[in-house]
Amino acid sequence: MGKCRLCGGMRGNMETKNIMIVGVGGQGTLLASKLLGRLLLGKGYDVKVSEVHGMSQRGGSVVTYVRWGDRVYSPIIDKGQADCILSFELLEAARYTEYLKKGGRIIVNSQQVNPMPVIAGTVAYPENLEEKLAALGIQVDAIDALTLAEKAGSSKAVNLVLMGKLANHFDFTPEEWMDAIEHSVPSKFLELNKKAFELGRSA
Amino acid sequence: MKTLMLGNEAFARGLYEAGCSFVSSYPGTPSTEITECAAKYEELYAEWAPNEKVALEAAFGASLAGKRSFCAMKHVGLNVAADPLFTISYTGVNAGLLIGVADDAGMHSSQNEQDSRHYAQAAKIPMLEPSDSAEALHFAKLAYELSEKFDTAVLIKMCTRVSHSQSVVETGERVLPAQKKYEKNPGKYIMMPGNAKKRHPEIEERTKALAAWAETAEINRIEEGSDKSYGIITSSTCYQYVKEACGDTYPVLKLGMIWPMPEQKIRDFAASVDKLVVVEELDGFIEAHCRNLGLSVSGKDMFSNVGELSQNLVKEKLGIAVQAGASLDENIPARPPVMCAGCPHRSIFYVLKKMKLTVLGDIGCYTLGAVPPLSAIDSTVCMGASVSGLHGFVKASEEEWAGRTVAVIGDSTFIHSGVTGLINIAYNESNATVIILDNSITGMTGHQQNPTTGYNLKGDPCTKIDLESLCRAVGIRRVRVVDPYDMAACQAAIEEELSAKEPSVIISRRPCALLKYVKHPGPICSDTEKCKGCKACMNIGCPAISMENGKAKIDPTLCVGCGVCKQLCKFDALG
Repeated sequence: MGKCRLCGGMRGNMETKNIMIVGVGGQGTLLASKLLGRLLLGKGYDVKVSEVHGMSQRGGSVVTYVRWGDRVYSPIIDKGQADCILSFELLEAARYTEYLKKGGRIIVNSQQVNPMPVIAGTVAYPENLEEKLAALGIQVDAIDALTLAEKAGSSKAVNLVLMGKLANHFDFTPEEWMDAIEHSVPSKFLELNKKAFELGRSA
Repeated sequence: MKTLMLGNEAFARGLYEAGCSFVSSYPGTPSTEITECAAKYEELYAEWAPNEKVALEAAFGASLAGKRSFCAMKHVGLNVAADPLFTISYTGVNAGLLIGVADDAGMHSSQNEQDSRHYAQAAKIPMLEPSDSAEALHFAKLAYELSEKFDTAVLIKMCTRVSHSQSVVETGERVLPAQKKYEKNPGKYIMMPGNAKKRHPEIEERTKALAAWAETAEINRIEEGSDKSYGIITSSTCYQYVKEACGDTYPVLKLGMIWPMPEQKIRDFAASVDKLVVVEELDGFIEAHCRNLGLSVSGKDMFSNVGELSQNLVKEKLGIAVQAGASLDENIPARPPVMCAGCPHRSIFYVLKKMKLTVLGDIGCYTLGAVPPLSAIDSTVCMGASVSGLHGFVKASEEEWAGRTVAVIGDSTFIHSGVTGLINIAYNESNATVIILDNSITGMTGHQQNPTTGYNLKGDPCTKIDLESLCRAVGIRRVRVVDPYDMAACQAAIEEELSAKEPSVIISRRPCALLKYVKHPGPICSDTEKCKGCKACMNIGCPAISMENGKAKIDPTLCVGCGVCKQLCKFDALG
C-alpha cells in the first residue's frame, strides 16, 4: 500500500487537508471524528470538525467532515475536496465519491448495511462497488472491519478498526493514538477498543 | 487553553464566562446542545421548559430579578416565543438577557427553512451572528454587555453549520457580575397602552444608538482584498465559504451584528468596490437593507434563497474554477432515516394504517410514521397542530369521516402545545380521538427529559406530570392507556374510542427502545422451515427484518425482541 501522508506537512504553507467520515447513523462515526480532531489540534493545526445531528441519526446516511491546516475556513468539505473518505459502509462510500479529490483515497469497511428501500425490495444494492470505485482511478482500501471488530470482542468496535486502518496514513506516534483513544472511549471498553485499533492498523 | 468545541458548546462556554446564571430552553435541533452544555456548569441554573414561550418568559423573569439569563431554541421555536419577544423589546431588561436561535438552512432536521433574521428587525432587537465556535463564545460575552448597556434583549443567531461544527476556541474564566437590584418601574415593565406608547419611541431611539455602535464595532470588520472588482458583504457560515473560495482576493465586509446594520460603513464599503455582492443563506436580508440604502447590489440574483450555500457555490458564482470529483455512474439507493428496531411507535402506525384511518401527525421521531411502508400520516405542520387540527377536522367533516380520524402526538410535544388543543376539544366538544405516543422522553432531539418523565435537565428526580390526570382535568372523561406492542389491544381500544360519542384520549405507553434502562428480551429467530415468504412481517418497516432467498431473516445485531413481527406471522415462523 502506497503511503499518502495526510499529516506532517510543513506548518506555514500547508493547504487544508480533508477527510470525510461517512456511514450509517449509529455506527460510531462521531467518535472517529472526535479522536482525529483531538490528535490534530494537539499538533497545532487549525481544525474544524462538522457533524449533523437529529433526524439523520435514525439509521440514515451520516457524514462528518474533518479539516485541518494553517487556517481552515469552511466547516464543510465540498465536492472534489476530500483527500480521503473513511467509509463505515460500502454503499455510503459510493454515495460520496464526488467529494473525493482526483487521486484521493477511500478506506472502506466492506460490510454492507441494507437501507430501507433495499430491505423493502424496491431497489437493489449495487453490485461490485469496490471494483467500480477502483475503475474511477480511486485508491480503494477495503477492510472487513466488522469481522475484525468481532475478533476484538464487539461488533460495536468497527469505528476503532477503521481508525487503525486510517492511522497508517498519519505520522502520529502509537503513543499519541493511544492517548487520544484513552480520552475518547469509556474506560471499561478501553482494552477492547485498543485491540480493535491494532487489528485495523495491521490489516 | 486552546480546545476544540462545537459551536453550541462554545456558546454555552461564553454564557458561563459572562456570568449567566439562569438558562431556560426547549430542545430543538440544531440548538439543543447549547442548553445541555450550559447545564454541565454547576454554577449555572439550567432547565428544560415545557415550550419556548415559557422558556423566554422565565428567562425574562430572571433578568428582571437581576441575574444574567438566557434561553435557546430552534428557528421554529422562536415563532412560539414571538409573543413575549416583541414586548420584551419594549420593556428592555434589568440584568442582561440573551436569546439563542438556531436556523436550519438545508432542513437537516426541520419542517421549514425560515430565516430568523427577520425577527430581529420586526421585534427591533439587535442580533449577532457568529461564524464559528470562537465567535460563538466571544459574541455571547459581548452580547451581555450590549444587553445591559442598551437595555435590550439580544438575539444570537446560530445555524446548523456553526452549531454543529467544532472549531478552536480559547476559554477564559467565569466573571460573575453582582446581582442587579430589582426596582419597581411600572412605566418600563407594565406594557399597557399608556406605557407602551411612551416606550415605543425610546425603542426606536435605542435602535439608532445600536446602529451607531455598529458603525465602529470590531465585529463588523472590513478585510482588505487585492482586487476591488467585487466587494462582498457576508456573515455567519457564509463568511467562511467566501474566505475559502476567494482568500484575500476581494475585500469583505464581515458583519458580526446583522441588526441593526452599520449604514455608513456599508455605504463606504460599497463606494470602495466596483460591484457589491451580498453572500447570505436563505432570504436576501442584508441585500434588502443595501437596496434600502439606495445601493446597487447583487445577492439573490446570484445565490439561491433555497438551501445551504458552500465554498464551491461561491466559487462558481464568482467565476472561480471548481474541480469536481469523479462520480459513480450508478443508482445509489437512498438511505432515509427509519424508526429504530423495537421503536414503540411502529406498531401503533401499523394498526392505524390497517384501520385505514386519517391521521393528523405532529413533530417528533414518530413523524417517520409517514414514510413507507407504514405511510400512516396525513399531515404534519408544527408542534401541537395534530390535536388542534383534529378538532377543526372533526367539526368540519362530512359524516363519512366521522369516527375515522385521529391525532398522534408525543409526550413532550403534547406538553409543549398539545394540551391547549385538547382543552379546545373538551371545551368546544368535538368528538375527537387523540393518541398520545408516550415514549417517556423527548426522543428526536436526543433524549431530553420533559415534565412527564419525572427527571429534570440536570438528571435529578422531580415532579412528574401524570398525563391521565392532566387529560381528565381538562375535561376528557374517556382516558385509557394501551401497550403499543400489543397490536390487537391497540386496535380494539382505537375502535372503541372512535365509536364513543364523546372525545377521548388513548395513551400509547412504552419507553423509547434506546433508553438505557429499558431491558429487551433479546433477538428473536426466524424459522426458515415454517416461513412461507408471505412478507407480512415486512409491512412494519423494521430495519432488523429482511428477505433472503424468499424467507424472512432477522438481523440479531439490530433486533431487540419487541415481538411485533411475531403478531403478524400466521405461520409461527418468528419466535
